[in-house]
Amino acid sequence: MTAPFYVSPEQLMKDRADFARKGIARGRSVIVVQYADGIAFVAENPSQALHKISEIYDRIGFAAVGRYNEFENLRIAGVRLADLRGYSYDRSDVTGRGLANAYAQTLGTIFSSGGEKPYEVELFVAEVADASEDDQIYRLTYDGSVADVATHGVMGGQAEQVEAYLAEHYTPGLGLDAAIRLAADALASNDGEEARVIEPGTLEVAVLDRTRALPRKFKRLPEAAIAAALADA
Amino acid sequence: MLPADYLTPGSSSFNDFLAKQAPQLLPSARAGGTQSAADLAPHGTTIVAATFPGGVVMAGDRRATMGNVIAQRDIQKVYPADEYSCVGIAGSAGLAVEMVRLFQVELEHYEKIEGATMSTDGKANRLSTLIRGNLAMAMQGLAVVPLFAAFDLQVQTGRIFSYDVTGGRYEEQAFHTVGSGSMFARGSLKKLYREDLTERDCITVTVQALYDAADDDSATGGPDLTRRIFPVVNIVTADGYRAVSEEDVAVIADEVIGARMVRPDGPAASLT
Repeated sequence: MTAPFYVSPEQLMKDRADFARKGIARGRSVIVVQYADGIAFVAENPSQALHKISEIYDRIGFAAVGRYNEFENLRIAGVRLADLRGYSYDRSDVTGRGLANAYAQTLGTIFSSGGEKPYEVELFVAEVADASEDDQIYRLTYDGSVADVATHGVMGGQAEQVEAYLAEHYTPGLGLDAAIRLAADALASNDGEEARVIEPGTLEVAVLDRTRALPRKFKRLPEAAIAAALADA
Repeated sequence: MLPADYLTPGSSSFNDFLAKQAPQLLPSARAGGTQSAADLAPHGTTIVAATFPGGVVMAGDRRATMGNVIAQRDIQKVYPADEYSCVGIAGSAGLAVEMVRLFQVELEHYEKIEGATMSTDGKANRLSTLIRGNLAMAMQGLAVVPLFAAFDLQVQTGRIFSYDVTGGRYEEQAFHTVGSGSMFARGSLKKLYREDLTERDCITVTVQALYDAADDDSATGGPDLTRRIFPVVNIVTADGYRAVSEEDVAVIADEVIGARMVRPDGPAASLT
């Protein structure tokens, strides 16, 4: 009888983390950025049908990078959780924090359980409030850790260089068009070399707009609106 | 961790999900006794709906009754269902309001999960399913009979659907009424309705119909002049759902009441 190879827990976790990171790094980045009237999500996504950005609840939006089937599953679970909570309690009892916690537990359990492979996804959960100081943005990674993000955040493929561009050029209180332009420029930035060209049709943009009269603050921008925002320089 | 059922791909229906995850929260979950419970809870009364070129109007009176008692004089019985539809309820008020809440979540849930709006017929069918689930309660006298109105973006017209307690679904042409005062309201609509009504005239017609219902049905509330309580009026057009403001309804209601001061039976229709 052969004894199984011993693998130290540190090595096991490191291997799993490397595996997840590699999967995530293959995709394009997603940006979340606060603007004057809310929170904007901007993703490079050539598909018009398969979304990286979605609505979860009245004031809560969701963006993801990584494997589509995995984050789609998490998105649907989030919608179910939010709708069930809102139905059995009240709409105001559904919070971004609660949702981020549920995602963190789920991702963390899957990451550290021996059997399954870890999810190759990263998520943003954002909740827009009546005042911009109270907006909340959470970033969740494949291992279930949660980070509170202030004003702007990036995840996915070239996250570091996009983040560096954003950090350099971001100013608080941007208008929506300016925020979309900033995000598009950050996605196109190429580490000091000549920037790539990003067509409006390959951008997916959605906002949580606190000025919207309806209770549901999430709104997906049509291609024409994105093109207009980009042309408005 | 999120329960496995949350992460399992499957139905886009919130009702189905609720039935599996938390069946105690379904409106029909309290079925029990065999005796009539009809007199234990308030009843909502009259709802009218009428189409006009470009949309549909739905209006409801404000009274809920419990036997001979007026349980509430400013109840809301017409609600938005989603961005392009509204639903009015007659019957057992508490159950009906809960069913509307479930229906609203059902439509929104589908929209979020599928990333697309449900078709008008799909919405009407989902409402059927919810009512069918309530049949046991209806047998105890706690029936819910909604009226559903939507603007169908595909054919660009307003559409009206009525239901029976078994969930039977019937599409209505031009106008329809439900509730205890519905026969009087329908008589009134028959005489006043024209196909080329403007939006404002269509509101006036529904307010007239509710006045006639209140005139002859004790369970339907007429305009409350001292408290300034007037019908709830909702409109759905190509621009979406909107509730007509209380001030605007009050202006129209005052016109209707003013004319009734002169002719209490309402406007005279021509004989031929």
